Amino acid sequence: MKPTVAILVAPGTNRHHDLAFAFSQADCDHVFIQVTDLPEESKNLSSAQIIAVAGGFSYADALGSGRVFSDELNHRIGGILHARVAAGVPVIGICNGFQMLVRSGLLTGDPESSTTQQQIALAHNDHGNFVCRWVTLAPVSRLSIWTAGLSSNITCPVAHGEGRVMASDKTLTYLRDNDMVALRFVNHDGTPAAGQGPMNPNGSIDDIAGLCDSSGLVLGLMPHPENHVTQRQSRSGSPTGIQGLALNLFKSGVQHVKQS
Amino acid sequence: MPVSSVISPKSWWRVSAPRGFHQDHSLSQAASRLGFAGLTFESCDLYFVSGCGDEVDAQRLAQSLVSEPFGPQVGVTFVDPDENPATSSELVVEVARRAGVTDRVAFQMQESAARLGLDVRIATGSAHRILGAAHLDDSAVTELVERILCNPVVEIWDRSRVNPGFVPMSSDGAHSRVEIVALRDLDDEQLSQLNRQRGLALDHSEMLVVQQWFTTEGRDPTDAEIETIAQTWSEHCSHKTFTARITTTRGDVVAPLLRQLRDCTQAINAPFVVSAFDGNAGIVRFGGSHALAIKAETHNHPSAVEPFGGANTGVGGVVRDVLAAPAIPVALTDVLCFGPADTRPDQLPRGVLHPEMIREGVVAGVADYGNKIGVPTVAGAVLYDEGYIANPLVFCGCVGRVLRGYEAIGEPRVGDQIVVIGGATGRDGIKGATFSSMTVDASTGSVAGASVQIGDPIVERLVGEVLVDLLDREVPLCTSLTDCGAGGLSSAVGEMAEKLGATIDLTLVERKYPGLAPWEIWLSEAQERMVLGVDPRDVPEVLHRCLARGVKATVIGEFTGTRRLIVQHGSEIVVDMPTDFLFDGRPQREMIADLEPHPTLATTSRHVADHGQMVCQLLAHPNIASKEAVIRRYDHEILGATVIGPMSAPWQTGPSDGVVIVRPEDENGFALGIGVNARYGLYDCRSMAWSAVDEAMRNVVAVGADPSAVALLDNFSWGDPSRPSTLGDLVHAVDGCCAAALAFSAPFVSGKDSLNNEYESDSGVRQSIPPTLVITALAHVPEVDQCVSSTLRTIGSAIVMTGLTNDELRGSHLDLLLGSDHGGLVPQPDTTAPLRYRALYELIQEGKIRSAHDCSEGGLAVALAEYCLTSPLGLNVDIRAVAATDVVALYAESNGRIVLEVDPHLVDEVCARLGLAVVLGSVAEDPDLHCRTHDSQFCVSRAQMLTAWSGTS
Repeated sequence: MKPTVAILVAPGTNRHHDLAFAFSQADCDHVFIQVTDLPEESKNLSSAQIIAVAGGFSYADALGSGRVFSDELNHRIGGILHARVAAGVPVIGICNGFQMLVRSGLLTGDPESSTTQQQIALAHNDHGNFVCRWVTLAPVSRLSIWTAGLSSNITCPVAHGEGRVMASDKTLTYLRDNDMVALRFVNHDGTPAAGQGPMNPNGSIDDIAGLCDSSGLVLGLMPHPENHVTQRQSRSGSPTGIQGLALNLFKSGVQHVKQS
Repeated sequence: MPVSSVISPKSWWRVSAPRGFHQDHSLSQAASRLGFAGLTFESCDLYFVSGCGDEVDAQRLAQSLVSEPFGPQVGVTFVDPDENPATSSELVVEVARRAGVTDRVAFQMQESAARLGLDVRIATGSAHRILGAAHLDDSAVTELVERILCNPVVEIWDRSRVNPGFVPMSSDGAHSRVEIVALRDLDDEQLSQLNRQRGLALDHSEMLVVQQWFTTEGRDPTDAEIETIAQTWSEHCSHKTFTARITTTRGDVVAPLLRQLRDCTQAINAPFVVSAFDGNAGIVRFGGSHALAIKAETHNHPSAVEPFGGANTGVGGVVRDVLAAPAIPVALTDVLCFGPADTRPDQLPRGVLHPEMIREGVVAGVADYGNKIGVPTVAGAVLYDEGYIANPLVFCGCVGRVLRGYEAIGEPRVGDQIVVIGGATGRDGIKGATFSSMTVDASTGSVAGASVQIGDPIVERLVGEVLVDLLDREVPLCTSLTDCGAGGLSSAVGEMAEKLGATIDLTLVERKYPGLAPWEIWLSEAQERMVLGVDPRDVPEVLHRCLARGVKATVIGEFTGTRRLIVQHGSEIVVDMPTDFLFDGRPQREMIADLEPHPTLATTSRHVADHGQMVCQLLAHPNIASKEAVIRRYDHEILGATVIGPMSAPWQTGPSDGVVIVRPEDENGFALGIGVNARYGLYDCRSMAWSAVDEAMRNVVAVGADPSAVALLDNFSWGDPSRPSTLGDLVHAVDGCCAAALAFSAPFVSGKDSLNNEYESDSGVRQSIPPTLVITALAHVPEVDQCVSSTLRTIGSAIVMTGLTNDELRGSHLDLLLGSDHGGLVPQPDTTAPLRYRALYELIQEGKIRSAHDCSEGGLAVALAEYCLTSPLGLNVDIRAVAATDVVALYAESNGRIVLEVDPHLVDEVCARLGLAVVLGSVAEDPDLHCRTHDSQFCVSRAQMLTAWSGTS
């Protein structure tokens, strides 16, 4: 049976249709859940096999990207995401969705840490501007159910103004030691971007493009793999196109729930 | 802003953003451009909070809403305006947004604060420490602050401590203030004075007609009536010049310009045109695909005084035009014209912002709206000319996919309810239509404050989602709709009520704050609003669906069938006029055009000593140089449909020609191309117009779109057409447009004109923009996989150019760099182009072309250099067969030319089928441009070209 992904949408979310299309290509149905319809619509959220948080500018990024979205969800139906992850449901947050997951505490450094402070932040890009360009990502985590099965680099666009991953040295060490760095920005030839723009498009520490949680179920990433799920989207079937279809990322998540 | 709608509290809390004060180099650079050297700026965002009981609450608000994990502690200070601020030896300036200007952050904070149980009012602003400014006197500080830190149009500022205004949240009943404007007894002089004082921007003959009409009625008009007439009869809303009766200086009569364009479209009779020059956007249907709506607008005057807000609402406005089609937007375009970046401060006319400030604000404004509403900004151009210093131009275009209910949408019916959905109404943008029809002078920035707004793309996105709900169905839930643009409700409701009449009660209109006079509610151009005509039975369903999306919706009146427009404020009559008078009462404008051609100038010799160097100089010219810094700030990938984007795939190092948009689930889609070259218009507007059409066609043909399925948009930005020579230029341009459209069988489906783009200096000298025509081509792409890009693909490919190169260098970029007008001809119409584009299309469809790049600004030299930049490969060419002299061969900007990469085995066939083609050379492994010329040869390395083009070293 086809699984269903519940795609969370807030006022200002704008890549949910792109995300729904990507899941459809990975043989997964979708249902959109407006955060403003919660808690009334919470049944759809609880019954979905996968939860996704789409990109955009939820609440116009007021007070920091993803912040009001996270507060709003927490206010309406507090702790639901944590509960679903505990029940084994994979979660993916892209761009603004990543920012929201970080704000919600689903993607943090050391879960045992005594600090109540957020250990990871997504800050303004180092060059200070919004940036849209195609980037190459190396899937590095074997822990993440989303990236563990990926054997080659993927390419897709980034489009964000606040995507620079920041973390303390201690947190960064923890993330690396525990295989929680899921995706890294690399040069087109696969060599490390080494913090250099434009291939590391935002100045993220350690070229981090995406992170997973300690269970491997939750993935947050700034780039938009949902915009490269058919060859046509990058003309990757043509001699001048970009290789590295990102469809397998979504297939991995769907495969995981089909098997379990 | 009158005191009645602003609360000035006794005290407030001032919360600094977590980032705290940080050095801002861009401000130092901006200051030094203005001649203030050696200043250092430290800036900090601020939130002003009014209504917080005590410090505990203020701290709670700051910690919960403002503080950041990696930021320093946020500063919370109590401000009592009665106490003198602490004196400081350094210059500190605080800036706050004016009360009532759209402020999404403040709105969201208030909502979140309410969650915390705090009923507060919030305003946003910033503080700036300016170090090294001790020597500046008061007037210098004012100039510095108002030029780079704050725009008085939407912001207020003060030293040390600004006194922010707060808008009350509750909306009590406004006091009706209907004024009667004594008009009947005025003599000619007094009538002109009234026209000026109220900023009506009407012709004197029109004022006389208005006076006559009210005299016959036996009463004077209300303020709302005179303003409604001024809006409805404005150049912006009624296209007086394009519908005028034009007589030439020789006494001949010229057909009205709009009719010429319509007649041309009818003569072409293209099967794919669904609707042209009717309603909010042009509509076409290519093949079996979805119908598409397309529209482009200008937002020049607002962008001159408030660049961010002007460009921001320019995008918002054209998106609403497409929503009203009704269609859901899928692509945006923007063409921007600015003064040169290196304009010295003393070259700036009084009251005019520096071009760099304007550019920064405009690009940020376009990016903010497009990125947030979630529509890719895919195509455009950026041009620089001294003529745009006082009058920058901002053309915003939008393509949308037409919703299923389109067929059933039309005119409202008697009894239909008038429903306003979207944003609330405030004092923003009052009288924008008349403002945009006036000439700019030094006071424009300060007096036009209320004419400019900041947009809220999130609200417009939600409005779009509601419209999909209501209209993407066989039986739509409304009968008619239009957007609220210039003139606000007066023009939106007025236009819909033209054939029926309507009654409206302004007290039902949702307002942002109390204190609005009835005429202000009626005229307000508050953004993100649409007006729907809804069958009374469907009203509950419509209101319900709006509410479900969080979109405000209110019934404000109904369409009546009396053919009178009756606007009330409660029981008081605000407007009561027959629609006949409003829409048919304006006398046709009579205008005189001087059609004498501009003086010709015999060609003098153009000397280029070093072609390699000239190629690099051309690549470095701002019109030709890389636009990557702008392009990257726009999300051009959202919706996943950008198959060929604005930078050449896959290395993204060179420019694209046209862009191709195909939904990932479709096989077919469309291409967009843009043509503009104002410099030709200085000498020959007819050829300029043809050239712009040809360039837009070349752009789409070069990516493989079907040249027999192209619809065009015309957007004219011109000077004051009451000057016969300026109108003559316009007549010539329209003539060129029609001639080219007929030749290419590419009909115009929509257009827009923005006139009076002039600046009047203190001494009365008028400076006009160059006549600027932007042509947008929307073309069918029947088979996306057959498209080609501008990226060089294969070593050893032959390089072929189709088209004829003539001695056409007037207005060229070569002359721009040589620094003087060397005479001769601007690029002339090439009537062989349509057939050759057709042949090229067929070759591309058959897979016989590997890549293609069009030849435009800077001529063949630039086309070849740009081609090299698209890939790691290079070119080895011989241009001697192109023309008799190297200067013509390399730099002439003749129309109808496209450079092609072709399999060497197919060269003969390709050349034979194109008819006019010349083999230039081949693609080389070594990444340079090697060129054999008549005189000698030259070579430019990829590194040299890239450095010149991208401005990096």
